[in-house]
Amino acid sequence: MTEKDQSATTFTRRKALGALGAAAGVAGAGMLMPGIARMAHAQSSGPIKLGFQVHRTGIGSAYGRWYERVATAAISRINDMGGINGREVEMIAEDDGTDPRRGAEVLERFASLHNCDAVFGPLFSHVVIGSAPRAGELKMPYFVVSEGHHVASGALNRYTLQPGITDVKSQVISMAPFVSENLGKKVTMIYPDFAFGHDHRDFFTAAIAAQGGEVIQQIAVPPTETSFTRYFPSIPRDTDVVYHVMVGPAVLTFVREMGEFFGGRGPQLFGFIDSLEAVDITSPGLEFLEGSYFWEGMCRYAQPDQTSHEAAYRAAVGVDANGASLDDARDVSTYAHMFGVWETLAVIKAGMEASGYQGSNDRSGLIEAVEAMTDMPLSDDHPQGDKVFNGKTHQVFGKQNISRVESGKLVRVHQTSIEDTLYADEVDYTTQSF
Amino acid sequence: MEFGPHLLLATLEGAVTAAILALTAIGLSIVFGVMRVVNVAHGEFFMLGAVFAWSIASFFGSHPAVGFVAAILLAPLIVGALAAGADRLILQRIDYNPERTIVATIGLLYIIQQATLMTFGPDARPVEPPFNSVIALPWLEHTEAGWQVYWPWGLSVTSYKLFIIFAAVAVLSGIWLLMTRTRFGLIMRATQQDREMAQAFGVPVDRVFAYVFGLGAGLAAVGAVLVVPVQQAHYLMGHDPLLLSFVVVIIGGLGSLPGTVIAAVLIGLTDGIISVFFSPTLAKIIATLAVGMVLVFRPRGLMGK
Repeated sequence: MTEKDQSATTFTRRKALGALGAAAGVAGAGMLMPGIARMAHAQSSGPIKLGFQVHRTGIGSAYGRWYERVATAAISRINDMGGINGREVEMIAEDDGTDPRRGAEVLERFASLHNCDAVFGPLFSHVVIGSAPRAGELKMPYFVVSEGHHVASGALNRYTLQPGITDVKSQVISMAPFVSENLGKKVTMIYPDFAFGHDHRDFFTAAIAAQGGEVIQQIAVPPTETSFTRYFPSIPRDTDVVYHVMVGPAVLTFVREMGEFFGGRGPQLFGFIDSLEAVDITSPGLEFLEGSYFWEGMCRYAQPDQTSHEAAYRAAVGVDANGASLDDARDVSTYAHMFGVWETLAVIKAGMEASGYQGSNDRSGLIEAVEAMTDMPLSDDHPQGDKVFNGKTHQVFGKQNISRVESGKLVRVHQTSIEDTLYADEVDYTTQSF
Repeated sequence: MEFGPHLLLATLEGAVTAAILALTAIGLSIVFGVMRVVNVAHGEFFMLGAVFAWSIASFFGSHPAVGFVAAILLAPLIVGALAAGADRLILQRIDYNPERTIVATIGLLYIIQQATLMTFGPDARPVEPPFNSVIALPWLEHTEAGWQVYWPWGLSVTSYKLFIIFAAVAVLSGIWLLMTRTRFGLIMRATQQDREMAQAFGVPVDRVFAYVFGLGAGLAAVGAVLVVPVQQAHYLMGHDPLLLSFVVVIIGGLGSLPGTVIAAVLIGLTDGIISVFFSPTLAKIIATLAVGMVLVFRPRGLMGK
């Protein structure tokens, strides 16, 4: 067997040497005439590639399904408007399994396999925290649609930005006055036991104390938990308000068991809609939610004063007036969060256009252009409402909604101002080098 | 919540866990006892039962009870048939070699999980319970006027959770009758004690093994169908039942049915009580510690021979 193989090896080696020589020649020419090489690169570049890190499987899949629908609709809108800088935009979606380790691997695939220009999309904060360091190493602009405070806290890096959705800290400090004035001063918190839940725990506890209230019990639940009745007896009898926020596939079980536990005799309920995202509020066993309150980033049910921008967005992402899919009324969307994907893509487009983005060499220019953004007025690009972007902390700030369950629908009863959500800067990413 | 009512609630929660666990672990135990196969895919058969329960219940979408009855009858049968097929197709061909069966069932675990993901999707799917009224429970307290009944806040159970406990007892009694009073049980026990001798006496061991593997998976599926109305069907739900079933089977004694039931009650109740009073993570730690202690001090388990 050997002779044939040997000749093949020799041939390959010679061929390889030849190829190497040719490559060296091309590279040398490129070095001598950098301008020509660069132009040739620009001319040969095809569409702008945006990597979409999506939770298709794992505990974030309900969000992932809707984030993907919104991303697809937003990209096709951008392409209908002529793309970005005259180039078509191509979305490359990869499943991260809602898993931090796979999240980082997916970033590497976007960078080295697909040659993406930027990456966007993840919601779950442990995936963001697991992936962001890799984004920094790969010098890959990473636009997250999470809610964690990790971006604005300075824990991440200059390549990670959150321009499409507000963070937990700003949400809870703007909600706390409503809770203490309307529902009660003694609060028991139930939250998922990971980064996102810890943001709720830390910032709401401080925010309610600033209002003269008190968190009398904190109940942390592992995010993969499937049964919850065992946690409820820890709620003290003198609780005025139960503040609940839960995520993952078991959210329906969580609210149902909470109703069974209280049996209609419980304290006031204030929930983050996360406890009910992608869940039909008229599901059997959820009747007890009537009269309780929820935070919503964007109101799931079309409100009487819905703007034309929101109506256009609702139609584009295929959602009816009840927040469910136009094709299947039982397929309830993650409406309170998924606008963040739409708005993030609008920001990427605006940033690339402002910086004259051409290729991966212009990535730092893209980040600087986004950092320079401030006001983002209500528009088709920002259907959730006015926003203010803070370039130093890489975090956007916007209005928050509190809705009440009335006749099985969420009706907005309060909207905060942007000023209610602001807090002092904790980092200045613009001082970090690229 | 005061201590007494709190303990009662914990015990009820623990009893539900124990009921489901006993069904799942008995399935694992029978398969190991008769076939000497450590079925690592057992948790995935549990998950399949739950997912089929959801699809069957949605197919019979009229009244929740109709869907549920159809699910409890059909889902275990389908899962059992699939498992029997897997036994014929895979385990029989590797001659039930202990090391190879472990690797083969690990492979089966991933195949079932990915196939479910690809066909049913990653979402959690609810099944509506056939009935689900909340039953508030009374408690006694001693006041100046003597003992008085009162209704503590939060102390309640649902009619469906009570049903789970009764249903599990009924199924387990049925299994006990099957093992001790029927010809099939006799053949199973004969195969368990001496495979070659049973074969020499004309027992079709291959067919018995397929039935036993199907029965084990079917029992996991029964547990799953019972649990879906209080949890939800999800493609990743097989991990916990598998781990806890192993814990129960090791503590109870490999292959011993009474041991498995005792251990399931023990682990289920401790899990319920410790989870309520301390934390669910501590309950898992203690269960794992118990396995370690059993392996060190009584390797054959509580009732193992």
